[in-house]
Parts: sequence; C-alpha cells; structure tokens
Amino acid sequence: MFGYYIKLALKSVKRNPILSLLMITAIALGIGASMTTITVNYLMSADPIPNKSHQLFHIQVDSWDPNNAFNDDEDALPNQLTWTDATNFIHAKKALRQSAMGMSGAIIEPAGDDAKPFEASIRLAYTDFFAMFEVPFIYGTPWESASDNNREQVIVLSKRINESVFGGENSVGKTIIVDGRSFQVVGVIDDWQPMPKFYDVNNGAFNETEEVFMPFSLKEELELPNWGNNSCWKSPEGEGYSAFLRSECINTQMWVELPDETAKAEYMGFLNNYVMEQKELGRFPRPLKNRLSNVMQWMESQEVVEEDAKMMMWLSFMFLLVCLLNTIGLLLAKFTGKSAEIGLRLAVGASKADLFKQHLVESAMIGLLGGIAGLGLAVLGLQGIKSLYGDFVDDLATLDISMILVALSIALLSSIAAGLYPTWRACNIAPASQLKSQ
Amino acid sequence: MSNTQTSPAINWEIGPIFRAMLRNKVGAILIALQIAVTMTIIVNSVYIIVERNKEMQRNSGIDNENSFFLTSIGFAENFNVPVTVAEDMNTLRALPGIVDAIQINAVPNSGSGWSMGLKTQSGAEYDAVGTAVYMVDEHGINALDLEIIAGENFAPTDIGLRVVGQVDWPNKTILTKAMAENLFPDIPYQSVVGKTVYINDIDPMIVVGIIDKLQAPWVGWNNLENAMLSPERMDFKGSRYFIRTEPGQRDRVMKQVEELLANSNKGRLIKGMRSVEEARERSYRGHTAMIKILTTVMIILTIVTALGIVGLASFSVNQRKKQIGTRRALGASQSAIVRYFMLENFLISSIGVILGAVLTVGLNIILVNTFGLDRIDWFYIPIGMLVLWLVGQGAVFGPARKAANIPPALATRTV
Repeated sequence: MFGYYIKLALKSVKRNPILSLLMITAIALGIGASMTTITVNYLMSADPIPNKSHQLFHIQVDSWDPNNAFNDDEDALPNQLTWTDATNFIHAKKALRQSAMGMSGAIIEPAGDDAKPFEASIRLAYTDFFAMFEVPFIYGTPWESASDNNREQVIVLSKRINESVFGGENSVGKTIIVDGRSFQVVGVIDDWQPMPKFYDVNNGAFNETEEVFMPFSLKEELELPNWGNNSCWKSPEGEGYSAFLRSECINTQMWVELPDETAKAEYMGFLNNYVMEQKELGRFPRPLKNRLSNVMQWMESQEVVEEDAKMMMWLSFMFLLVCLLNTIGLLLAKFTGKSAEIGLRLAVGASKADLFKQHLVESAMIGLLGGIAGLGLAVLGLQGIKSLYGDFVDDLATLDISMILVALSIALLSSIAAGLYPTWRACNIAPASQLKSQ
Repeated sequence: MSNTQTSPAINWEIGPIFRAMLRNKVGAILIALQIAVTMTIIVNSVYIIVERNKEMQRNSGIDNENSFFLTSIGFAENFNVPVTVAEDMNTLRALPGIVDAIQINAVPNSGSGWSMGLKTQSGAEYDAVGTAVYMVDEHGINALDLEIIAGENFAPTDIGLRVVGQVDWPNKTILTKAMAENLFPDIPYQSVVGKTVYINDIDPMIVVGIIDKLQAPWVGWNNLENAMLSPERMDFKGSRYFIRTEPGQRDRVMKQVEELLANSNKGRLIKGMRSVEEARERSYRGHTAMIKILTTVMIILTIVTALGIVGLASFSVNQRKKQIGTRRALGASQSAIVRYFMLENFLISSIGVILGAVLTVGLNIILVNTFGLDRIDWFYIPIGMLVLWLVGQGAVFGPARKAANIPPALATRTV
C-alpha cells in the first residue's frame, strides 16, 4: 500500500506543479535558514573534548580589588589568575594533571640565508597540557617535566611550522632559533584545533591554536611579551618585568584534571586553604570565593556562543514558522481541491484511515523534497556566513552527518505536522455531496 | 450572494465578505498569522539594521580614509628601538604624500589596545572612569587629525620614554571632550584644562588640553568615547607606527613605506600593515554581516508571504469560479469582483497587522531582555503595518484581476 501511496502522492504533486513547487520552496527556505543558524550555534556550543570535558576544570580565585568586584556582576570572579597564584598551584601539585598557561609570540629565524624570519604565536604551558588535552603528536613527545622546572629551551611545533621550517620531516632533536635563542625541538603535533578553543577563551574563543608550544617557566626566564588579555586592579609594585609578573595583574589561565568528585572536593579544599593562607600575607582582600568549572560550565559562564548567532537562530525559527503556516494554507487549498477525488474514493470503499495515510504520505513527500532542497540552501547559507565573517568561522560553518539528519527530520516532522489539519479536513467530507455537486 | 447591485454607488459589501470569510475561517486565520509573524520579523529586523548602521556611522575622530598603521618588530641582537623609531619618524615625516607619522601603542577602532582608569580624587576607594590610553609624541594631534578645542598640545620636552614593565606615568595628559565631561560633569569642558586627574589610584596627571573626539580601540566598549593621550614614546620590541597621508595618496604611500622600512633595517620585521578603513571594517564585520543576513531574510520572507497569499487567493478564485460567474451574470461589474477580493484580503491583513503589532512589541521586549537591545521606536510599528497591508494588497491583485475576467457565461455551464 505504501508504494501505491507514494505513486499517488507523486501524481498529485505533479498535477499542481506550481502549488507544489511553492510549498517545497517554502519548506526549503525555512529549513535552509534554520539549519544555517542551528549549525553555527551547534558548533559554537559544541563540546570540544567530549570524553574528558567533565574531568577538566578551569580554576578561578577571587584575587580582585577590595572595593569592586571583577565586573558589574557582584558574583563575578576574575577570569584569569595572577602569575604568582598559577605557579604556586603548579608547585603544590595537587591534581592528577595540571597546566598553567599563557599566550606570547616571538620571531622565528629559520636556518638558511634565503629563509625569511617570521613572527609566531606561542602557547606557554606545562608538559601536562598535551596529555590533559589529548593533543595528537606526529613526531616526538611532550617535553620532560624536568624541562618545566629547569627552564630548558625546548619546543613543540605545530605541523604547519614544522613544514615551513623543516620541510615537514621529523625535526625532533633539531634546533630552531626563537626570540634570538636556540631551542631544541622535542615534538611536532598534528593538526589540532579544538572548537571552541576552550583552554583560552579570553583571547578569542574561535581563534587558531598557537603555532609553537614551550615551557611556561620560560616566560620569566626570557621575559616573553604578554600577548593575551591582561587586567590589573592595582599597578605593579616596582619597575620591570619581574615586578609585572609578581603583580596582582591577571594574565594566566590554569586547568587541572580531576578524575572524580572526591578529587574535585579535595582540590576545592586546597584552593580554600591556599586563599586563607594568602589572606594572612595581606593578599586576597575580597571574601573567600573560589570556583572550579568544567569545560562546558566554563564555556557557558564565558558566553562563548555569540549573541548575534543566538538572535539569528530565534529569528530563523520564526522564519520557519511563517514557511510552515504558508505550507498549511497551501495544503489546505490543495486537498480541498481534491474533494471530488476523495469523495469518489470514499464512495467506492476506501476507509478514512486509508485516505488519512495517503495524504500524510503526500505531505511527508513534500516535506522531504523541501528538506533536501533546504539542505542545499543551508550549504549556500553557510558559504555566505563564511564570506561575511571571514576565515575564522571556517570550522563553524560546516555541515556534518548529525546536522543533515536533524535537518531532514525537522523538515519531515514539520511538514507532516503541517499536513495533519488539511488531511483531517479532507478526510471528513461527505462523499455524497461531493459526488452530487459535480 | 444576495447582492443585486443596481445603483451606481459603490457598495463595499463588507457584510457578505465577512460572512463568506467565516465559512473558511482556517484559511483566513492562516494568512493573518503569516502576516503577523512576517511583520514581527521584518519590523524587528529593520530596527536591528538601523541600530547597527547607526553604530557603524559613529565618527572615530581620526582620518579613516587617509590613515594606515603597521608594526615594526626588532629581532636582531643589537636592535635599538628608540634610535630606529627616531630614524623612521624622520624618514616618514619627510616623505612626500605623508602628512605626519607617529609611534603609537594602539589604533582607534582596531580591536586591541590599552585602557586605564582615571579619578578626580587620589585614593583606591574612589571610583575610576575607564579610558583608552594612546601614547603619542607632540605629532600625535596632527597625525591623528585631532582638534584641540581647549588648552594646548604637548611640547617636545614633555615626551618621555616608556620601558617594558614601567608603572609610573608622565605628569601631563590630553583628554577627549567626552572623557573630560565624564570626569567633571558639573563644569564646562574648557575649565577641565589645568585640573589634576589621578591614574593608578594616586599618580597625578595635569590636563593640558582637550580634544574634540577620539574613539577607543574597542567598538563594542561602553566607554567608546573616552580616550586620553599620554606624552610618551615606547621602547618596546614591537612598535606600532600610525601614518596619515595626503588625500588619495594612501595606497601608493603604503606600498612605498613597507619597502622603505623593510630595506632600511634588516634586523626587523614589518607586519600587520593595514589601513584604518580596513581595520574598522574588521571591527564592524559582525555588524555588516548581521545587516546583510537580516536584509536577505526580510526580502525572502516578504516573497514567501506574498507568494503564499497569491497561491491561496488563486485557489479560492478557482474554487469560486461558478459563484463569480453567477455574480457577473447578475450584473456585478468587473471592478466589483476585484474589489471583493481586495477587500477580503484587506480585512484579513488588518487582523494580521494588529496581531503583528502586538507580536512585534513582544519580540522586541524579549530581545531587550535577553540581548540588551534598545526598545523599539513607536513609529516602526505603524510603518510596518502599512507595508504589510501593501504587500497583501499587491499580492492579491493578480488573482483578483483573474477573477474579474471570469466570463458570466460560466455560471450557466457545469464544470
């Protein structure tokens, strides 16, 4: 029977080509617009590290100004740590894995006379960074933890930098000149672009991963410039780089891996003790308040999803609603036009249930065709988003299988829903009157 | 239809139209709803577009069209920043086509920069007013194309040299008029000249001048109009240069300057060369994108709604062919038929736009509460209603004309 209904539906679609095309176009436009915005929102709010996002925690402690909270919200905690606190937490070693981190940049001078020096962005981190965030390596390994303590000039390169400086070969053990100093390459990572770039959302939640990685302790040793966001409520006491590092300015992010609730509770206890100790030394003038946020909590509190993206998604849902209202109206008109045919079929013995199924199949077919066309429009829409917002959204504007399935299901469900009332109306006609009047 | 129109006076037939509509409530409700939601989206979108446009039109205070900037990063071991900057400035300022050039820490509207808080009283307990900081020498006013509206410019002897990690500040500053008025709301800005303001809670700076306008680097910042000039050159590895050219010379000068600087010293890298126009475009890219997307949505939505009305109206014309033929046979003129469909649509649209007005305000309230948008101006609503009425009338006109062309003879035939 199902095959027969499909045949009937196709016939019916072909009989009123303009009306059918109108409905399919309306659904396609609604689905296209919604899918474009849903995809952008979905990717912006995606879990960047799904198998570990519940075990990774971002640390916040309230080291801010006694007279003012970190921002207008009284409950707000500073979004970064001071260099002092971050290094103290690292030395306490209270978590399974831990890394303080910051952003910097320096000039790389490739060997060879024709090779041009260029500027590269640097992620300063501890060796645990790589294991904690499951960074894939092509060659070599992360540096030894001794390198963190001894401030050794070791470096991990991104695939792209390894290609431009070493032609893509295994460069482990070779040296590279960074910031005028000689560094030993210990590893090369594969393409790694968490979306969002959760480990440092202060400096652009959708920015590219840094080009090279080196021990955080080198920040002080080499007096590397602070590239990321830096905020101060109090100016450094004394002149020079060391005073800046030891100031109350916040410019460091820190993540810890805590495998279970007990570990989390213990770590929280450690943080509270630490702050109480510091209070005795005259720091942390605000009330005791510390926070551990896992990856998704952190994304949410930092409002990683752009408001414009959310707004557009809600508008596009309303757009879809208009398209569906449109479709309901047109289906109603179309099925009413088929009254004579329906009357005839009822008269010769078709049951209402049969007719109901037949017309739902017809609605679903229109929905499916609209959904497929809508997917095409969504691809165009995402291309449009890319060209409007520039390169940085490349990874935010791609359709994956789950999105395609979502699109088709929405199209199918909404068109069936749109078809319910017209179908019900069509099946409830009195066959006699229809046969008579014609 | 009981109407047998004999007098030439127009009978609007509102009663029969309304009763006929009641027989097909659902169709009418669907169109009314569609018009209402369409109006809600369109009016709110237009409002967002207008607001974004206003923000983009805000004046940065500098010469957007004729200015550009770049970064010079020294990496050679013996690279001497102050000497190189001094040499570069001499070269650049002498170059034909260049009005003036300066070393600066940040560029207005470019997205990255430096902010501080200023206070009118010394002490950590007083509230500070946030401001963008621009470090410039005595050429700053000319290079940035600013106007001193009170007080005076820095003297060459005022200019200090800032080193990495330095915490103290020069003892003079120039403020924008907006900043002066935010700090001292009770006195005219002219009288702010000579006042002392405090940076870092307690370090005094004397206001020597007031400039008309200069925006902060961050276009989304609440304190966008607050800026201060600090008389300093910088001994930082990466130096930013800001260059203003004669009108129309910018692109030519940009190419020339890049080559000139790269060749003059092999121990450095020139990067991030960009015109202020381009930097502003990047800063406002989200706004531009939003405007384009919303415009597209509005156009498509209007077309969808109009086509929906055309589709339903054509259908109802087809359905009522016989009745229309009968009316014509009984003496109704073609214009009476057209009028019937136009009026029917007008009634449905009226319900739609009234509902639309309510929904528009509702959506606006949601946008205000969730996204911090401003309240919509009242006049958007009647304009939106009018536009949707016109769209409805325009869409129904075609099918109505078709209906009018139905020959009276049709009434006598069985289809």
